[in-house]
Amino acid sequence: MDLKEKLVSSFLAFENHVDIDGYIHDVRSDAIKVFEEKGFPSKKEEDWKYTSLNSILKEDYSVFPKQENALDYKDIKKYFIHDIDTYKIIFIDGKYSSHLSQTTHDGIDVCLMSSALNKPKYQLIIENYFNKAATKDSLSSLNTAFSSEGAYIHIPKNKIVRKPIQILHFSTGNESATMLQPRNLVVVDENSHVQIVERHQSLTSNPVLTNSVTEIFANKRAIVDYYKIQNDNENASLIDNTFIKQKRESLASVHTFSFGGKLIRNNLNFYQEGERLDSTLKGITIIGDKQHVDHNTLVHHKEPNCESHQDYKGIFSDRSTGVFNGKVLVDKEAQKTNAFQANNNILLSDKASINTKPQLEIFADDVKCSHGCTIGQLDESAMFYMRSRGIPKKEAKALLMYAFSNNVLKSVKIPELKQRITNIIANKLGVNIGFDL
Amino acid sequence: MLKINNLHASVEDKSILKGINLEVKPGEVHALMGPNGSGKSTLASVIAGKEEYEVTEGNIIFEGEDIEELAAEERAHKGVFLSFQYPVEIPGVSVTNFMKTAINENRKAKGLKDMPAKEMLKLIREKSELLEIDRKFLSRSLNEGFSGGEKKRNEIFQMAMLEPKLAILDETDSGLDIDALRIVANGVNKLKSKDNAVIVITHYQRLLEYIVPDFVHVIYNGRIVKSGTAALAHELEEKGYDWIKEEVNA
Repeated sequence: MDLKEKLVSSFLAFENHVDIDGYIHDVRSDAIKVFEEKGFPSKKEEDWKYTSLNSILKEDYSVFPKQENALDYKDIKKYFIHDIDTYKIIFIDGKYSSHLSQTTHDGIDVCLMSSALNKPKYQLIIENYFNKAATKDSLSSLNTAFSSEGAYIHIPKNKIVRKPIQILHFSTGNESATMLQPRNLVVVDENSHVQIVERHQSLTSNPVLTNSVTEIFANKRAIVDYYKIQNDNENASLIDNTFIKQKRESLASVHTFSFGGKLIRNNLNFYQEGERLDSTLKGITIIGDKQHVDHNTLVHHKEPNCESHQDYKGIFSDRSTGVFNGKVLVDKEAQKTNAFQANNNILLSDKASINTKPQLEIFADDVKCSHGCTIGQLDESAMFYMRSRGIPKKEAKALLMYAFSNNVLKSVKIPELKQRITNIIANKLGVNIGFDL
Repeated sequence: MLKINNLHASVEDKSILKGINLEVKPGEVHALMGPNGSGKSTLASVIAGKEEYEVTEGNIIFEGEDIEELAAEERAHKGVFLSFQYPVEIPGVSVTNFMKTAINENRKAKGLKDMPAKEMLKLIREKSELLEIDRKFLSRSLNEGFSGGEKKRNEIFQMAMLEPKLAILDETDSGLDIDALRIVANGVNKLKSKDNAVIVITHYQRLLEYIVPDFVHVIYNGRIVKSGTAALAHELEEKGYDWIKEEVNA
């Protein structure tokens, strides 16, 4: 039985073991039909031309989370941003871990999707927002069909959440192969601010496939900063589907740091549904071996006087491959749009490759849209210059690559997170320098 | 300190240096002059260890050691410094942090710990004052958007920070106005001692009025064809290089 058949035939059993609520039941039932009809995407589809899921779909994944495998905080502390106070929503093999988490209902809701889906007090938010941003593509639909657990974050109006929220997913390898489908909902009301850091971490070499969906709603003048750390081990793959709807004068940013994992596909979609709002999409990808990272972005400008800023840097060594497919859609009504897109890449090996494809579809006539992509090698004259000052080859190379990606790092607003990313980069580049640039 | 014996070097099979002989002793200032394309900058790059150049014959002895097999950074650790004719722009790396990294990598090579931050700041302040460099300048990306004069001043600032035994100044005077020239020359003179040496590569006599050489050599067609004292530089300034070319070609 292939994975698709296995998933479709598991659906009934799944619906029986989660509580069936009228609204969610309908949403899930519709979603499984979409998945059944479309199946997993193949390279024949334009958006999947450069990314094949074949190698990761062949595993015999266990598709339901079983009993929680307890983890000791001290063993996994290094995956947390632990030097500042944060809210934490922690999952182990798809199951919520209450002893590792720190949630709250004190003026804001930082808790679990499973309770939000089942408790009447959340019903209004669920009905207004759940599955209202996600598209009906096959992978998001698959997630919707099996959606039962994840992070639920609701920030009512006029709240500045001082503590960042960490969402961490661990897999312990208690199955020979595990498929996880976390589902997150983030609703940020008028004038409220929130910062969220998400990370997926496999702790063994057993294959893991995560197909996650995150829906984010930034209402009027809300500020949402979302950071994704993708530094998983070589047998873990991630398909991240993130959908962000913004209302007027809101600011939303997503930073994606892709340093590890077997295959990563980021489907990041912004929908601008109000005037004078700003969307930021940035990423740093540094990979090697046979790793593959695909950034598929969409910014849909629907209203006038809005901005979008995309800046993705990629450094590829060995036989690693990258994809950047960035679509900017400007509706006829969206006059005075400012849309910027940049994708710069360095290939450190003859066998590494990047496919980069900006797509601009502009139907308004008074807009500023720019895009640029570059693919280059390491600047040899800069290397000699640095080495002639006594900086060894490896360190010089690292410094150049760090400088290359520094523009993206600069806009990270949580200093401890920035430090963490810097350390990961230094580690990745095999050097021990502070990069205090 | 430096002894170059019958040095031949080529790039992409094109022979550029065709038998250079040069000896530089501690405390000396040597000027290398010569028309464009004669091999002056190539000699500087070969001494500093640029990998594109292949030494086909002869050797370079620095402090008693043949340095041909050493990487550029290892030569730097031994005290070789090249002030670039065209300093490279490095976006995203500030002058200060570039210098911090360079100083600490040089210390690491000598088995020393990183320089304490306070000491580093003091050193940076001291040396930047010597070169009359504005503080704001130090936090800018290295050479990015610098004027010609700023780039050259920054090169000498780096030299002042690293305190090399042998400094090679490759056309440090080009693109400098008279004030910048004075500042740069003043910086170089203040760093001079009986233990270090300077090789000044230039087209013009102008810089040599400020940095007075003990010896002047003329390179033409990959060889040193004439050597003399500071007086030779004056003669070249007056008469140009044609008479040298004629002498050689005769």
